[in-house]
Parts: sequence; C-alpha cells; structure tokens
Amino acid sequence: MTDQKTEQEQEKETVSIVVDGKPVEAKPGELVIAAAERQGVYIPRFCYHPRMRPVAMCRMCLVEIETPKGFMLQPACYIPVKPDMQVITTSAKVKKAQDGVLEFLLINHPLDCPVCDKGGECPLQDQTLAYGPGESRFVEEKRHFAKPIPLSALVDIDRERCIQCDRCTRFAEEVAGDPLIEFIGRADELEVNTFPDHPFASYFSGNTVQICPVGALLARPYRFKARPWDLEQVESTCTSCAFGCRVAVQSSSNALTRYIGIDSDPVNHGWLCDMGRFDFEAVNSADRLGKPLMRKPGAEGDEDELVQVSWGEALGAAADEIERARSVHGPGAVAVIGGARLPNEDAYAWAKLAKAVIGTDNVDAQLGDGLPAELVLGLPRASIDDACSAPAVILLGPDLKEELPVLFLRLRGAAINRDMPIVELAPQRSGMSRYCRTTLAYRPGEAAALARALVEGSESDVAGVSAGAIAQARELLEEGAVVVLGRPSLAESAESIAAAAGALAKLPGVRFLPALRRANVMGALDMGMAPGVLPGRVGLAEGRDWFSGAWGAVPPSRGLDAAGILAAAAEGRIQCLVLLGADPVSDFPDRQLARRALAGAGSVVALDTFLNPSSRHATVVLPVASYAERSGTTTNIEGRITRLGQKVVPPGVARPDWMIAVELGARLGDDLGVESLEDLWDEIERLAPSHAGVTRAMLADRRHRDGVVAPIADGRGPDAPPSGAAAPDTGASETGTTEDGAIEELKIIDPMGTPGLLATAAQGVPATGVAAADPRDLGSAGHGDGGPRPPLLAFSAPTDYTPPGVDAYSLRLVAHRTLYGKATLVQNAPSLAHLAAPATARANPHDLERLIAGGGSRLRVRSRRGALVLEVVADAGVPRGSISIPFNAVGADAGELIDATRPVAEVRVETP
Amino acid sequence: MAVTEVEPIVTARLGLPESWTLKTYVDNGGYAGLRKALSMSPGAIKDDMLNASLLGRGGAGFDAGKKWSMLAKGQPSYLVVNADESEPCTFKDHMLIEGDPHQLIEGTAICAYANGVTQAFIYVRGEFALGVERLTAAVNEAYDHGALGRDIFGSGFDLDLVVHYGAGAYIVGEETALLESLEGKRGFPRIKPPNFPAVSGLYGCPTVVNNVETLSYLPWIVINGGSSFSRMGEGVSAGTRLFSLSGHVNRPGNYEFEWAKATFRDLIEHPRLGGGVRNGNQLKAIIPGGASSPWFGPDKLDMALQHDVVQKAGSMLGSGSVIVMDHTTCAVRAAWRIVKFFHRESCGQCTPCREGSGWLEKIMIRIEQGSGREEDLELLLDVCDNISPDITWPPKQTTICVLGPSIPPAIATSLNMFRDEYLVHIKEGGCPFD
Ligand SMILES: Cc1cc2nc3c(=O)[nH]c(=O)nc-3n(C[C@H](O)[C@H](O)[C@H](O)COP(=O)(O)O)c2cc1C
Ligand code: SF4
Ligand code: SF4
Ligand code: SF4
Ligand code: FES
Repeated sequence: MTDQKTEQEQEKETVSIVVDGKPVEAKPGELVIAAAERQGVYIPRFCYHPRMRPVAMCRMCLVEIETPKGFMLQPACYIPVKPDMQVITTSAKVKKAQDGVLEFLLINHPLDCPVCDKGGECPLQDQTLAYGPGESRFVEEKRHFAKPIPLSALVDIDRERCIQCDRCTRFAEEVAGDPLIEFIGRADELEVNTFPDHPFASYFSGNTVQICPVGALLARPYRFKARPWDLEQVESTCTSCAFGCRVAVQSSSNALTRYIGIDSDPVNHGWLCDMGRFDFEAVNSADRLGKPLMRKPGAEGDEDELVQVSWGEALGAAADEIERARSVHGPGAVAVIGGARLPNEDAYAWAKLAKAVIGTDNVDAQLGDGLPAELVLGLPRASIDDACSAPAVILLGPDLKEELPVLFLRLRGAAINRDMPIVELAPQRSGMSRYCRTTLAYRPGEAAALARALVEGSESDVAGVSAGAIAQARELLEEGAVVVLGRPSLAESAESIAAAAGALAKLPGVRFLPALRRANVMGALDMGMAPGVLPGRVGLAEGRDWFSGAWGAVPPSRGLDAAGILAAAAEGRIQCLVLLGADPVSDFPDRQLARRALAGAGSVVALDTFLNPSSRHATVVLPVASYAERSGTTTNIEGRITRLGQKVVPPGVARPDWMIAVELGARLGDDLGVESLEDLWDEIERLAPSHAGVTRAMLADRRHRDGVVAPIADGRGPDAPPSGAAAPDTGASETGTTEDGAIEELKIIDPMGTPGLLATAAQGVPATGVAAADPRDLGSAGHGDGGPRPPLLAFSAPTDYTPPGVDAYSLRLVAHRTLYGKATLVQNAPSLAHLAAPATARANPHDLERLIAGGGSRLRVRSRRGALVLEVVADAGVPRGSISIPFNAVGADAGELIDATRPVAEVRVETP
Repeated sequence: MAVTEVEPIVTARLGLPESWTLKTYVDNGGYAGLRKALSMSPGAIKDDMLNASLLGRGGAGFDAGKKWSMLAKGQPSYLVVNADESEPCTFKDHMLIEGDPHQLIEGTAICAYANGVTQAFIYVRGEFALGVERLTAAVNEAYDHGALGRDIFGSGFDLDLVVHYGAGAYIVGEETALLESLEGKRGFPRIKPPNFPAVSGLYGCPTVVNNVETLSYLPWIVINGGSSFSRMGEGVSAGTRLFSLSGHVNRPGNYEFEWAKATFRDLIEHPRLGGGVRNGNQLKAIIPGGASSPWFGPDKLDMALQHDVVQKAGSMLGSGSVIVMDHTTCAVRAAWRIVKFFHRESCGQCTPCREGSGWLEKIMIRIEQGSGREEDLELLLDVCDNISPDITWPPKQTTICVLGPSIPPAIATSLNMFRDEYLVHIKEGGCPFD
C-alpha cells in the first residue's frame, strides 16, 4: 500500500527539462525522446519502440545533452530525464550526426524500394527524405545476402534490407517470450536469423513484420499483395478471439490485404497474434457463401442437395420452418444456437427475434465450451488492466497462449515486469505455466475442491495437489487477487468450474476476468443470447416487466442451453434449429450428441459465412456478411465496447445477421421496430440496463478511441473522460470525429509506433452504425411501459458440486484447444490452415511406460462415447492419471470422447 | 632519460624452469603476498592500493585503487579478470598467463579479498591454447594448495575462481561486452553510462574488472607496500610496466622496466630492448599504444614513455603495445590493415561503427589497389568524423563503445603524416611499395 502511494505521489511530480531552449515538463524516469515528443519535438529514431526496453543501437536519435563534461551527443531514446537537463536537438552537430547515421544505414541498403513491400510506408524512406543526404557518396559494392529466406511458415527475411535495429529480436525475447530469432555474425555481416533447424515458430511472429522499420521482415500472406499507397483502411477490433485487439483493417480493390495492430493501452499494446493477424485470408476466400441455399430434392434417385435460391425464397422458407415449429409444437420447439460471431447489434436483434417474436428462451451463444451466462454476467468483473496490476492472479481457465493469445502477452508482461504472482489451477501445464509462481495441477473434475482449499486452507492433499503446495499458493493471495476464469478443459464440465468460481468468489475483494474465447461471446451474453437472461445483464425474472413492456413479450420460463438444445433435438423435440454462425458438429464438446442433434432436428436454418459440417445438413442456408464487411460494435472479455469498421463489401448478396432478423420478424408478423444499426444501438442503450449511457456519440468520440467499458459509472454522460488510461500515442495515424461527425485529421506523432498506418492516411472513422449523433439526453429511468429499469444480475454462488470418484482403471481426459485448429477461419486462411496439426495425445511418462509397455507410439483411447486411435508422446506436464488430447485438431479429436452429460470424461487406453 | 636498473616485478620469474608450476612459484616466494593480505584488513589493502597508483594495464589506464573504491556496496559482487587480450601486437598478458599463471591467481585472490568478492572469473582468450592449459592446471593446483576455495590459508576467506574461455571476438575484451559474453549472451558492449561495471556489472551486480597485468602486480605491492610501487616511475605512471614491442625492430618482444623513465628511442634502440630498427633501416612511424592509437613520427622518438606525456601529445600508451614501422612500410597499407581489423571485429551493434568500418575499409583498399580518387581523402575524413566527431583526442563518439572511434586515428594520422603517399597511390594507380 505504501508503495502504491509513493507511486501515485511520484506520478504527480514532474521533472523540468529544457529542450531547444524551451521548458518541457517530463515524467520522472521518462526518456528524453518521449518527453520531447510530447512537446512536439520529434527526434528521429529507428530502434526505439515505446513498448520495449531501449537499446540505443541505431544512433539515429543522437542529440546533444549536457553532461558534467559539457554537451555530448547522446541517444535520446536511452537517457532518462533529469531535473534541469539541457537538450539540443537542432544544432549543426546533431544534424551532422543524424545525417551521418542515415548515410551509414543506406550504404548497404539495397534500395530496392520499387519491389519492397514497405516502399511507400517505410520509416527509412521517410526519414531519408526528411533528414538524409541528396546523393550517395558510396561507390563500393554493397553487402549481399541471399534474398528472402524463410524465418518461419509466415515470415520471410530479406537480410539485405535489415538495419539491425533489434526490434524484431527484442520483441521475440522480451514481449513474446519466444527467443527464436537472434543476431548472427558481426559488423556489416550482422544478420537476423533463426538457430539452425529451429524456425521462428511463434504465435506472435507477425508483430515483428509490423514493427520492422524497413522491408526486411515480410509476411507471406501480404508479400507483393499491394502497394501501401493503394491501401485503404479503417479502425476496427479483432474478433478472432474475445480479447478485442484493436486493428487497422486494410484493403485494396475490395479485398482485405492486411491487419495492423493498433496500440490500445488498456488492451493489446499494439500486438496481435498471428491467427488474428492473418485469418483475413478467410474473408477473401472464394469459398465464402454469397447466395442463399435451400435443400431441394436432387435429380432422379440422387440425394437432396443445397441449391442456390433468391433471398425471398430462402427467407420465406426459413420463416415457414420457424412458424411451423412454433405453431404446431409451441415456441420451445424453436432453438437458436450461436451468436458469438455477431456484433452486438445483431446479437440484440436476434435475441429480440427469438425471445420476443418467436417466444423461445432456448437460445445459447455458447457451445457448451463456456460458462453459465448468469455466472459470467453476475460475477464482479475485473478489467484486463485490473488483472495485470493485481496483487496476484489466479488463473483457472484455458491455456491463454492458445485461446486468448494477447491476454497471455499482457499477463506474461505483468508476471515478468511487475513480478506479479500468478497461481495457476490447471489439469495440465500450459503455455503460461512457466510464468506462474505455481501451477497446481489438479485431477480433472476436481477444480472446485481445489478452489475451496485455496480459499479455506487444507490440512490434507486435495484433488491430487499437496497440502504444502496449497499453503504456499495461499500465501501469494494474501493481498487479494483477480481470477481469470474460463474452462481449463472441455472434458471437465462447466458446473465444476462454476462451483470453483463460487468458492473463489469468497476471497475478499476478488474480481473476475472471464476467459471466454469466442469472438463477441461477451457481447452476445450481454445482449441476452443465453437462456435465462435478457439484454443488459438482466435475469429473465427480474427483466420480465421491463422487457415485456418494451418488447411486448418475453419467454415464460428459462430455456435450454446448447447442451440441452442439442439433447432435445436429438430426441426430436426441436422442430427448427437455427444455427447462428455455429458449427456444433465441429465445435460442441460432445461431437456424437451434436451429430445426433443435427439429424434429429426437424429443420435446420443456418446463417453462416461458409458451409461447414453443420450447415451442410441445413434446410436453409443464409449467407451473411463477415468481419470487415459490415460495421457494428463488439464487446471484449472485460466488457469493453468498441466499434467495428467496414472496409470491403460482402460476397454475392450476403447480408448482415441483423437484417435477416428484421426480415424474419416481419415475415413472422412482428416488426422488430428497427431499420438500422443506429436504431439498434439506440434501443440497446435505452433498454439494456448495463449499457445505459453508452451512447453512439460516446462511442464515436475520439476520447473513447479505446472503447467504453460497460456498465459505465452513474452520472457519466457522453462528456465523461475516457474509461481506462489514455494510450501512449504511438503514432497510429488518427482521424477524429468532431461533435457534428465531421472527420478531422489528427496530428501524426510517431510514424515508428505502428508502421503502416502512416502511409495509408486514415480513410475516416469506421463507417459503423454508431457514427456520431447528438449526445442524447438519457431521459427518465424507464421507457414508459415497464416501470423502473431492472437491476443487473448479481452473483449468486452456484449449487455445490461433488466430483465423481476416481476410477482406478481409467485415465481422466484433458481436452484443450490449440491456436491453429479446425476452426472455419483458420481452415479457410491458406497461410494458417497448414499450421493446424492432427491430434497427438500426451501422457505422463510414468503412465506412458505402463500404457505402451509393448512399445510403439500409438494408442486406442476409448470412452463411453467413442474411440480414437492416435499418436501419443510423453509429457511430464500432464499429471499421472490423466491423458491430454487436443479438442480442435484437424481430423478426429477429443470431441469424439466427451459426453456432455458427464462431469468428467473417463477413458480407457490400450494399444491398438 | 634512460632504462633504469629496477628489478622487474611481473616478469621476475619468467626465465625460471617450469615457471608456471606451483612448485617453482612457491619456491620463489609465491603466495606470500596473499598470506600477508589475508592478515590485513580489506580496507587497509584498498588504502594501500590508492598509494600505489597502479594504472590499469588493459588499455583505458584507470587507477585500479580508485576503481575498487568506486565499487558499489551490494551483495553479491564479482571480480572478473580480463584475459581476452586480442589487440593486434599486444601480447603481454599472453606471456604472463603462460609463464606465470600463479602470479595472476594470487593477484586475483588478493583483489577479491580486498573487495569482499567470493566469486571470481578469469575470462581468457580461447585461442591461448597453451595458456588456457597452464592456467587451468594452475587453478587446480591453487585449490589443492589452499590458495583458492574454502577457508583460504586458514583465514576464513572463501573464493571460487572459474576460468571461462572466450570464443574469438576482439570486442569481448571490452569489459561490458565481456560481461555479456560471460552471462552467455552475444558480446555486445553495454551502454556506458549508465552500465559501469563497478555499479552494475555481471548479472547486474557490482563488479571489478581488471586486466591480467594489472592484477599480476598485486602480490608485489602487498609485500612491498603501495608507496614502494609509486616511488618508481613518475606521477601517475608509477611502478614498472610491460611493453609489447613489435614491428621492424631487431628484437621484438615484451619488456618490463621502470615506467616513465625511458623514451621511445630507448625502447627501440637499447641493446637489451629493441636493439634498433631492422637492417639499419630508417624509422618511418611508431604506433605508440596499440592499433587504436594515433601514430607518431620519428620526431617523437625522444618523448618519455609516460602516460600523461603521450596523452598530451595526442596519443596514448594504451595497452603498452609499441609498433615500429621502417621506411619500407606503405603507410596506406598499414592503415588499411588496422582498419580491416576493426571492421572484422566490430560487433555490429551500432550503426556508425557497423557500417562505417566496412565503408572505410573499402575506400582504403581501393586507394591501396590504385582505384582511389582524390576526393576519397576528404571522404575518408568525413566518414571518420561521423564515427568520431571532430576526430579529436581523446576521441568523441557517436557509437556505443570505443571500438568505433578506434578506427579513425590510423586513417587520420597516416593521412596527416603521409598525405603525399596517399596521393601517389591515387595518381600512379597503385602502390609504390609493390
Ligand atoms: C575494443 C576494446 C577491447 C579491449 N580489449 C581488452 C583486452 O583484450 N584486455 C583488457 O584487459 N582490456 C581490454 N579493453 C579494456 C577493458 O574494457 C577494460 O578497460 C579493462 O579490462 C579494465 O582493466 P584495467 O583497469 O586493469 O586495465 C578493451 C577495451 C576496448 C574498448
Ligand atoms: S529485421 Fe527489421 S526489425 Fe529486425 S533488426 Fe532488421 S530492421 Fe530491425
Ligand atoms: S489475441 Fe484475439 S483479438 Fe487479439 S489478434 Fe489474436 S485473435 Fe485477435
Ligand atoms: S562501436 Fe562498434 S564494437 Fe562498439 S558497440 Fe558499436 S558496433 Fe559494436
Ligand atoms: S539509438 Fe535511439 S532510436 Fe535508435
């Protein structure tokens, strides 16, 4: 506490320095280059990056700084400010030194700008123009290297262009923790390369391309695809997972060409993972659905097939299927699975269609791989920054490196730079384990018991974890903690984790950061796309009056979740199953159940971007606009609402999901009462209690460039300061929106912060539905019909849960995802698809010795549900008694073994 | 001025049979200095070191006693012996390591004791095959003898000494690059300020870095007292000093004699030392202190070999390597060889040295091989200026370490002294010495 106070006190202090004769107020410890920049004095640089430790290698930022020995040339990127420091940035000496450095950088530079990806947005080009010599004095032969060679499957290097700035190598080691690229050689032969036979196989490799100040690092998916001056761009938020990295979406000729990470201080610090960065290829895919499809009888004797039809016919058919199911069997015979792919507005429109128009509460945006909506919405919420600045973090969730990669980077950074203790509760070691103070490897299914022991203490071993380890972990939590909560294994039931969360909620002052991975899952839950909840984090019962008043009707009682829906469908109790960008056959943990459900559902209406193993069974397939093809808003794990930008048009006649909801509503005889995304957002803001006050104007305000975390504190109108700390300006080219919505150019500060944004001067604010509007008066608390706003869901501890007893003859299955798997986006992005590997099992070496006593490396794994034959390797990170199998691997995977009705999957193993 | 008759200190035992063994060392008074030191308080030794005025012999010429007194308080602290001697024509440490490794170990132990260090390292140039063999054997002997390890000579003082081999990079002789390398990283020099080893050295801990020769004086100084040392020589150029004499002399080699009393002429011509320029040739130039020092002409022959005198005259004694060039030497080729060395050895970390070294070498080759242009002479100086602004002495730098600014002196002084020779290369399209 005292520490914090001094930190705060320090923050208030400023250090006065003098730059070029003008006084500058700097923060204590701030680097001269940054302090000068805030005052508008731009010191040229190459190696400096505000998110990494300075190395002062390029020497471009040399300025004169006063020392006891007089003024000396010193690197402004390395020297922290000191009181009354004198800095000169414009003298002849400084100019000569900077010119000299630029000339040196150019002598061995190939100057193949015309064929260089970076040409046109190259800091070396730009700074040469600004500071460099007019002509070359270098008449010698340049240094040569073989032209691009691969560093990894995604990144090539042209070593001739490298200016040895150490940004990529520093990033790999310092930020990503994958020190797989290094400097090799010396003098002008110094090159960046990998170690022999160890490719730069990092999930974060694309960031090095982004921060390379020249065209040395090349992303294969982008190489030679476009010239920077042809690119158009819009700001958006990545939805490939739910972390919510801010991106600039760039396109050329109506095709996406590149995503660039934007430095959002509360979220991604400019970084992206390679999946999020490169899966734009899937949006461009020729296999995208562009026309509605309907199942029609094939030619004589052939099977039914999906054939192209008009929107009118397809929507008519879909409405008929819904209407038939509803009128014959009641609203509960219609169920909706999915919605996490949808922006908030679309999720709201679908929630309204399902719950108010159709009248079913059998709606679930999660696919049995998440946590109960009431739990997620009701738990006291932590922000990402809260987690990264917490006294300690308890991690009870998936392998973050595989599922929420940039959250992994943030927490890793906090663990390393702040020495923040992370206590991991996991059924096996994860990518985060090496940065955790302790990993308590618990027996699958027994998370709750371990959590209870962590809170209450235990004299004896719990869930396979020693009492000593528990006691040590408890010591780390004495100052309080943030829990990062998700599903550590898909073979362990959500109830088990919910019970564990209930136990952890008893820690004083604890808050939770949900680690759910699916795109806009948090927004979909907020919008009511789950059983038992209504938009705005409201329970069905509590919100009944309010929403009945506003909508006309709400479902009479709590409906089924995805598992319940699929079970009902398998038993023939679901007459119309709507798949809202959901592919249960590939994604639901219990594959067998999903297949039976698809077969058993009366009809299936699928809204999707691709045909997938589930939508192939559909009666009607409606093509939808995907990411970057439409605007809207999305919500990340911490509840941060940001705007999505549109940059390209959808293929064929594909439409946004919300429009389809409106159309279907009309055909079902009930007008949703909205005609635009603007209408939808205004209705959300008016009706959804958690979103009250989050107006379109607020979201469009440049001060809220990092988004707005809902709910906002009472009394915070549109003029409230941005939520979260302001991002350090890293020079993303900016455009601002004035109050009346006009676009104004903001000053470009640092072209080195996020290279790429400079050249493609912003094309404007995202043309989202939430473009600026007049700040609205929130008006009265109610909407007129339904009384006062209902309260937000509060956390109530789930009923306790008793794990099953241990079966000595079985192993417990741990099912986890990997970043690259059979997900639609990855599989339709050619650069990524081949990175997905078939499933390999991992088992503890002790178990393995026993299991394959006969030698060999293949096993047959059997459960109540099914069997798999697969390769197995020894891994001491898997505790004895468990076996780990990836869930989303290409081909057969752990999904074949999981039974959704069981708390944990027990498997028997034999040699095939 | 003259070569005085004082007894040598660090080379005293070198002629003895098997001088590198413990037996010869102990029979000739070895480890008496350490025994005496252990009976003293560390503070007393450090005080006496300030009396000694022992300038570091690794090149930078910083007073060892002062360096020790600047060691930051903090546990642990380390001692690292710089035995990476790789500068062309510097070969004194090599000889001391091969010929008298116990003297170095004893000096190391004294330094460690005085500075409260219990873990020391000797970073030795890996190419010294014989030296490495004898040094490691000597370390083992010293452990057996009780001069290293636990409870040294029953004093209660513990010291572990690890010998670490370099992998062939001159830059790792630079003390902060050496520390990086010792930590298992690339030998990139650290930025000074703020990374002075005495404050933040090995693994971020306070660290003493001293040269082999520097430490080899310690047993003698402890036994005879710091002021006996400083009574020899002149001012800061105290004691005796080893010079590596090389080039066109009749008797190249390492010579130890009282510092600041002899002149360059003495070193080159004295019959017990250089024995004169070879074949009675005419002296053309001297490089007084290693490849990075500015050259002198024959006019400086009667200058005292004295730290501050040479410094004032615009050069340095550096690591004590004196290179003699007679009139058959091509100044351009000689300067090119030096530039080539620094180009090869630049670590490549910072732009001016990484790129400038190669560029300068390419221009020098071009001139030497007959494709020079007159404007290249200005270009050479301007490129030098961009590495070392104003080409002053002592040099300023745009670089991270002083390797970069070590390149200009050879070019600038050779060009200054022998501009005509450069011009002949250019006009005649080739080297007149070929
Ligand atoms: C490029 C460069 C190379 C160096 N090489 C050596 C060397 O081989 N041996 C050495 O003792 N000092 C070398 N030094 C000097 C060391 O940095 C350091 O000053 C010295 O080891 C300190 O020991 P001393 O004070 O006992 O001289 C070198 C310095 C530079 C800049
Ligand atoms: S490849 Fe690019 S980022 Fe890496 S060192 Fe070279 S110039 Fe810098
Ligand atoms: S971490 Fe998630 S949000 Fe960020 S780039 Fe990757 S997939 Fe996108
Ligand atoms: S001056 Fe040369 S040797 Fe020294 S750090 Fe820079 S590149 Fe490396
Ligand atoms: S040295 Fe400062 S930016 Fe590179």
